[in-house]
Amino acid sequence: MTATDLPLPAPAVAAPGNRSAPSRPVRSLGWRLVGYAALVLAAAGLLLPFYWMVVASLKTNSDVFTIPITWLPDPVVWRNYLDIWQRSDMTTWLGNTLLLSVVVTLLQVVTGSFAAYGFARVRFPGRNALFLAYVGTIAVPWQSYMIPQFILMSKLQLSNTLWSIVALQAFGAFGVFLMKQFYETIPEELSESARVDGLSEFGIYRRIMLPLSRPALASLALLTFVTTWNDYLGPLIYLRSPELRTIQLGLNTFISQYNAEYALIMTGSVLSVLPVAVIFLLGQRHFIEGIATTGLKG
Amino acid sequence: MATLPRTRPRNRRLVSRNTVAGWSFILPNFVGFAVLTLLPVAVLFYVAFTSWNVFGVAEWTGTANFRRMWGDASFWTALRNTVYYTVFHIPLTLAASLGLALLLNRKLRGVRFFRTVAFFPYITSIVAIAIVWNQLFSPEYGPINALLGAVGVDNAPGWTTSSTWSMPAVIIVGTWRYMGYYMLLFLAGLQTIPAQLYEAAETDGASPWQRFVHVTLPGLRHTTFFVTVLLTIESFKVFDLILVMTGGGPGQSTLVLSQYIYQKGFEENQFGYASAVSVVLFAICFTITVIQFMVNKRRNS
Repeated sequence: MTATDLPLPAPAVAAPGNRSAPSRPVRSLGWRLVGYAALVLAAAGLLLPFYWMVVASLKTNSDVFTIPITWLPDPVVWRNYLDIWQRSDMTTWLGNTLLLSVVVTLLQVVTGSFAAYGFARVRFPGRNALFLAYVGTIAVPWQSYMIPQFILMSKLQLSNTLWSIVALQAFGAFGVFLMKQFYETIPEELSESARVDGLSEFGIYRRIMLPLSRPALASLALLTFVTTWNDYLGPLIYLRSPELRTIQLGLNTFISQYNAEYALIMTGSVLSVLPVAVIFLLGQRHFIEGIATTGLKG
Repeated sequence: MATLPRTRPRNRRLVSRNTVAGWSFILPNFVGFAVLTLLPVAVLFYVAFTSWNVFGVAEWTGTANFRRMWGDASFWTALRNTVYYTVFHIPLTLAASLGLALLLNRKLRGVRFFRTVAFFPYITSIVAIAIVWNQLFSPEYGPINALLGAVGVDNAPGWTTSSTWSMPAVIIVGTWRYMGYYMLLFLAGLQTIPAQLYEAAETDGASPWQRFVHVTLPGLRHTTFFVTVLLTIESFKVFDLILVMTGGGPGQSTLVLSQYIYQKGFEENQFGYASAVSVVLFAICFTITVIQFMVNKRRNS
């Protein structure tokens, strides 16, 4: 999915500290056990594909599909994790993807938070109409304007360069929306008194809003990074040269090339998911807060 | 600006100063947003009425693209499949994500771990997901059919190799991927229901089911509405999952609108016709969102 995906109105979310949360203690032991059983079952279903991915990546190719199914790799084939670098351009793909994700994230965070301040705190004619244009993209799926967008990008000589992906992802309305939601929770009096003290709007943004909005900035950065890392359609349409391939694109060409190398394919998949998994586990709180405060997806 | 009364020059100065300040904040993002989103959306409605091809030669052809679409069997197949996906994906995901949210909105040990688990599919790339599920769905050796065989299902489905079962397979994966995300929105919604309502219902002797129907569901109305809008758009634009999992096949059994746009535009270079199909996708998503907002407004009043 692209970051151009969607800015959306927030669902009513309880302000932090609102203690109406009905997380009630579960009383009888029986119900508690039923609850656990349901949870364990759900978790197993949710995790099975990941388990399969990791286990298959450590098997020999002929062991991936066996009757009956082997749920543990025997022998454990670590070699797959060495072979993949020789058999594919993994290094190039990961390098491109990392570069793109970092550049897009920086641009999105800077321009998004900047614009959000304008929308949240500066009153000027036409502001609301302009914001409506941002929010109005709610009901417009990217797939419906990818054709004219491609024509425009081609005219700008951007297609088949990494810049096309930067352009595609960096200016999404998502960042503006997320940051605006956050800025509006910061008391107006803070900026008001700074204004009285003679601080310019830019000074207020830099000295007051930015330091206060660190958690929101973290949410935005993480969500943007993951979205860009995972994007498949953008690179599919814009990046034609093999040396420009991102990890998603590369992985998919790898599959069509070696479609019977089941174990190696899983090794590649694990490597493509690993960075995102690590980032998610480290910054989990920010992910969840970012989504809960805006109700948006990245 | 010139029409503002001259008696308030300070105010006018303030307005113009704010306008400059406001725009300078917004501009860096807006330039990108305007060029890459607003402009393409506007251009779409022009290209759809032309025969734009790969050489950039565009001839105004009026409604020719739309008339062609009317008689295009593949277009109707794509539309039908998209609706098929939507009709099952929305209720399944709603039920699964609400169920998960209710389960996880309790003080049980390990709830935080389970929330992480539920969210994990959502942050995993479509390509990796599609590859794994294709292995899981493998008709002869895959674990899913092995499991079905173990519980006594004799002729297990062929999943992505069968034109009957490929769409259900895609729907299952779509639901699996997105339920954690919507669960999060439902969890946020559940936090807003006052605990006193549950206590009052309990004092009145309401059963757990009655509490769910009369307290939880009404309290979640806004969230449910919002989730439904998101789900609808998400379903209608479904694309990359299908592209990697089935490529639209076997035959055209999982061909969806977005993919048809992609085929006509990027594989066959018929930008004009592809744009006309895009207009249909645009119109569907837009209309449904407007209807949902109107229905919700009426229900609220």
